[in-house]
Amino acid sequence: MQTSTRSLLQPWRFLRRRSAISAAFGAALAGSIAFSSVRADEQFFPLQSYRVGPYAAGGTGFFGGFIDYLNLINLRDGGVNGVKLTWAEGETQYEVERGVEVYERLKSHPAIAAWNPLSVGIAYAMIDRITQDKVPLITVNHGRTDSTDGRVFPYVFPLLLNPYSETSGIINYIGSKEGGVEKLKGKKIVVLYHGSPYGKETIPIYELLAKKYGFTVQQIEVPHPGNEQQSQWLTIRRAKPDYVVLRGWGVMNPVALKTAQKTGFPASHIVGNVWSNSEEDVIPAGDAAKGYTAITTQASGAQYPVVQEIVKTVYGAGKGNLEDQKRIGSVYHNLGIVNGILNVEAIRIAQDKFGKRALTGEEVRWGFEHLKLDPARVEALGAKGLFHSINVTWDNHEGDGRVTFQQWDGAKWKVVSDWIAPDWALLRPIIEKSATAYAAEKGIKLRTAADAESTPAVASK
Amino acid sequence: MTTASLTPGISSRAASAVSLFVLLIVAYGILPFAGSSYLFEAILTPFLILSLAAVGLNLLTGFAGQLSLGTAAFMAVGAFAAYNFNLRIASLPLLASIVLAGFTAALIGIIFGLPSLRLRGFYLAVSTLAAQFFVEWALTKFGWFSNNNPSGVIDAPPLAVFGISLDSPTGRYLFTLTIVLLLTTLAWRLVNTQTGHNFIAVRDQELAARVIGVPVLRTKLLAFGVSSFIVGVAGALWAFAYLRTVEPHGFNLDRSFEIVFIIIIGGLGTIRGAFFGAALLVIFPLVLSRLGSFLLGGRFDSGVLEMSQRIVLGALIIFFLIVEPNGLVSLWQRFTRQLSPKTKP
Repeated sequence: MQTSTRSLLQPWRFLRRRSAISAAFGAALAGSIAFSSVRADEQFFPLQSYRVGPYAAGGTGFFGGFIDYLNLINLRDGGVNGVKLTWAEGETQYEVERGVEVYERLKSHPAIAAWNPLSVGIAYAMIDRITQDKVPLITVNHGRTDSTDGRVFPYVFPLLLNPYSETSGIINYIGSKEGGVEKLKGKKIVVLYHGSPYGKETIPIYELLAKKYGFTVQQIEVPHPGNEQQSQWLTIRRAKPDYVVLRGWGVMNPVALKTAQKTGFPASHIVGNVWSNSEEDVIPAGDAAKGYTAITTQASGAQYPVVQEIVKTVYGAGKGNLEDQKRIGSVYHNLGIVNGILNVEAIRIAQDKFGKRALTGEEVRWGFEHLKLDPARVEALGAKGLFHSINVTWDNHEGDGRVTFQQWDGAKWKVVSDWIAPDWALLRPIIEKSATAYAAEKGIKLRTAADAESTPAVASK
Repeated sequence: MTTASLTPGISSRAASAVSLFVLLIVAYGILPFAGSSYLFEAILTPFLILSLAAVGLNLLTGFAGQLSLGTAAFMAVGAFAAYNFNLRIASLPLLASIVLAGFTAALIGIIFGLPSLRLRGFYLAVSTLAAQFFVEWALTKFGWFSNNNPSGVIDAPPLAVFGISLDSPTGRYLFTLTIVLLLTTLAWRLVNTQTGHNFIAVRDQELAARVIGVPVLRTKLLAFGVSSFIVGVAGALWAFAYLRTVEPHGFNLDRSFEIVFIIIIGGLGTIRGAFFGAALLVIFPLVLSRLGSFLLGGRFDSGVLEMSQRIVLGALIIFFLIVEPNGLVSLWQRFTRQLSPKTKP
């Protein structure tokens, strides 16, 4: 062993090998960093995806659906008005510093349309950066709640749903199950939340709604990661609530459902939030998940016209992104498709104003700020029943997305409610208060409606 | 366990001084003008910050022999303390907030280091794990630490020193480089004093050290204090100069293990070892992933590439540790000694 390592370290052989290797390295590195030239008719989507790591199921589904929709537009329509859509993926494993590294690596690519990270941590780290770069950041169904206020965050779009609206939607649904929100008076709701900033974020809103409608709310924490919830569910059994809201993440969800079954709490009275609503959350719980209901902004299932088209055109041509085709139509896959629709329509709307060519980040941002898809347009896109509508304005970057509720029957999700509207009017003042505090702290001038029509969006910073 | 404190021949000492000087010239004089923002933001700044944390841990584990698995917790304490000092005492300059954050981390480090007076080895490691989990829990539970921000993720203030704004990638890199250089020099000087020798004595043979009059109690607590100070400053830099946001989950057990691996692979009980190890664990995976996606990018998806890079990195680590169990620093010393046959080994 000694002689072989010695011989490896013999200076002349080592050096010769080393210099050859390092020369090859240097050339490859230089080559990989330089970008190939991009034609003027291509719009680029950098993807900070996560296909490995603890949240890989969600990541592969979401980014798979997004890429599938982009492929559909390219194959079926030849791009958006002739402008082809391109993308590049960088693996982040849901870690913030990797998200930042992918951002730094891809940010100088020409014709970036928008960033779509699907991660709260990465989104937060990027807000300052994309504001300087003037490229929009789309945080569908998640993100910084006060970025709904477009006066303070011109480049951030928490499309469809922010955590506050989700809370209001859940309460409205529980109210509808009781026969009207007035009937909530005197009822008891327990919120079982994940022990993290995400879990705690909606505590003040539950208290606000409890005061408004007269129900009592109790918040119970499950420390991360939530493999063991016996004591929490025994507390719930003693409290005897009418409903339990599950604000979970990852493994906490199936464990909650199984422990609920063990302690005798009926699954039909558990309502899950947007990150407890996927197949990966209920299948591991087996029987215990039957009857469990969860909120969603997009319905599941593969029967919608646009999903059928993706199966026919994209998977038919062998360009489908999901390896397991049984996952087509799953919650995350459909979320990716809906996100694709929103991004592409924003580009289309911007192209109508600025010209049918590859657009700058500023122009795409204008497109997002005018992203109005009413139910008729949604039907024309083949997504009727998949999601309801969106109405983004310059100061409302969430877009008033509606929610529906689906129930797990043991094999798949079935929609069990109409499209419910959250109580936006109640939540807006709180969001504005938080956003103006942020603006004061950072020295950001609030935009006005007059500013909103001019580009660039922000003069300062 | 070999250390770097054996006196080498004069020519290799001069050689390392010259190479350090050249490195500094490149770092300060050439890179700020020639480097891209990707180089600063994604490669050099995290490399420097993790090297600093590894220097701190090396003082504790490599020199003083107290195994600690709570490094990321002390980084978190430094980050949140710096944020709170900066927020709540308005007139305090940024540098003072960072220094005070270091002292706060040192205090927490001494408290969690008290078990070291009774426990050794793995048992001590378990009690430092308690620090890791407790700090992470406390920072999430008590909203006061993150200014009652509903999402618990805090934004770092913009960097400005003596009125000069350092808010660009180059500025943040230079800020980090200067602080890392300063603290590394302090650590290096400490190691060559009586205190440093006390650390090594306590590590090698605690009973004998006690017999010859080394104040073991004070030495161990001092090791925890100094190490946590350096690690706390590294944490503050991680939040202020690199990510510019902070959430408690960014300082989880994985990060603690990452720093322990850095010093094991780099070389326990050396100052340079921290930098070598951080280069292997921080810079090399990025280079490998660029190479991988360049050569194989179109054909495999990013997840598969990611996993194969992990295999390559793991194999390389195993290879290095078989070839030289004492870490990369010893490997490097063997290599340089072979290059200059004039120096007697």
